[in-house]
Amino acid sequence: MNRMEENDAAVVAQVLAGDRDAFRVVVERHSQSLFRLAYRMTGNEQDAEDVVQETFMRAYRRLNKFEARSSFSTWLYRIAVNCSLDQSRKRRQQDERQLAPSPELPDPLLALPSTDPSSERLAMSAEVRKKVEATLNELTEKEKAAFVLRHYEGMSIEEVGRAMGLRANAAKNNIFRAVQKLRRALEPVVS
Amino acid sequence: MNHLSEEQLILFHYQEADEAHDRKSMEQHLAGCDLCPSRLADLERELALFGNAPVPPRPENYGQQVWLRLRPHLMERPRSIWSGFFASRQWVTAGALAALIVGAFFAGRIWQKRQAPEPATISAQARERILLLAVGNHLERSQMVLVELENADGKGPVDIGPEQRTARDLVESNRLYRETAARDGDVGMANVLDDLERVLIEVANSPSQISSTQLDSIRHRIETKGILFKIRVVGTQVEEREKSAQATQPPGRT
Repeated sequence: MNRMEENDAAVVAQVLAGDRDAFRVVVERHSQSLFRLAYRMTGNEQDAEDVVQETFMRAYRRLNKFEARSSFSTWLYRIAVNCSLDQSRKRRQQDERQLAPSPELPDPLLALPSTDPSSERLAMSAEVRKKVEATLNELTEKEKAAFVLRHYEGMSIEEVGRAMGLRANAAKNNIFRAVQKLRRALEPVVS
Repeated sequence: MNHLSEEQLILFHYQEADEAHDRKSMEQHLAGCDLCPSRLADLERELALFGNAPVPPRPENYGQQVWLRLRPHLMERPRSIWSGFFASRQWVTAGALAALIVGAFFAGRIWQKRQAPEPATISAQARERILLLAVGNHLERSQMVLVELENADGKGPVDIGPEQRTARDLVESNRLYRETAARDGDVGMANVLDDLERVLIEVANSPSQISSTQLDSIRHRIETKGILFKIRVVGTQVEEREKSAQATQPPGRT
């Protein structure tokens, strides 16, 4: 357990002993990283804000369930992943209710010149960004969560498993499937 | 020559090729192979596209902003079950009562063990463990419902729909566990489950929107009976028994 985690555990003990304002320390420490995770999971700024808020609310309510020997940030990430999934489901339901089905628009990427652009240029392209976001949204919930935690958050496979409540092997398989699907989906763009 | 699989390349890219041996052998292969280095480069190029996905920046004091939004909601919560218990005198009586109940609970267990025929085959142990797990889970879910009700904002009409749905789920299983406990002579457990059942039924049969007076009445029942405390104590004992049942169980059997 590193110093930050020790500190988190001490803060949790303080809150449970009745000092609610001590919770501020963990909120201030983890808000930025939770927002990044939530944004990558939901793809929507407002939803990510809501996820951050809800994550801390749930964490606070369940603080007595936190086991001090484990990592507080991993525990928090686990809650955030679940909140993000809930929020994404809610968003999908809202969108389905509000939006009438529209005819499928042609993918602008298909109209890109056939010359082989460099990966830097591709990365800068708004169309590629859209494609990347769309591709991420095609993953299953578990694949997306595993990929986001490994690829963006830099967690080890074991940590990803802990944050998702999965065995390391299952986490690894979700990462494999995610990367394979993402590569297949981007093939027409990058080849 | 066996080329590296896509999975191996992914592990290599994320530096997850565990243990020195795997990584070293992959490095050796990559150094001597004509194909795999370019496959790895493709993978890295493609994953780099995802690496650039931007996140809208938050201000430096974002954590403070979150805290200010969050704080008013947190203040509605009692400090914690334990600190609330020790801080309030009315709980002292409930504590003594709970201690009696836990004592009775243990006495019941010991009496039961003395009366029981020859121990416990492995399958009986396994059955007990499964039952303990189920009861532990039941108590935990019940506790969450009660805590939510205790913490609900009671200033106007209150929507207890989610708690009500869970309470309806729990009523039937609670009855079964209570009857089992009574049959086994676990008086303490049976009494706690009996108190809990009355609250669960009250919640399950209320309208999903209740007035603050109705909410107060439910809270009053929870508090005067010390139900949250009792659940917590019994839940801890169940958890310990489950752990000890697990420890005494031979490996490979559940």
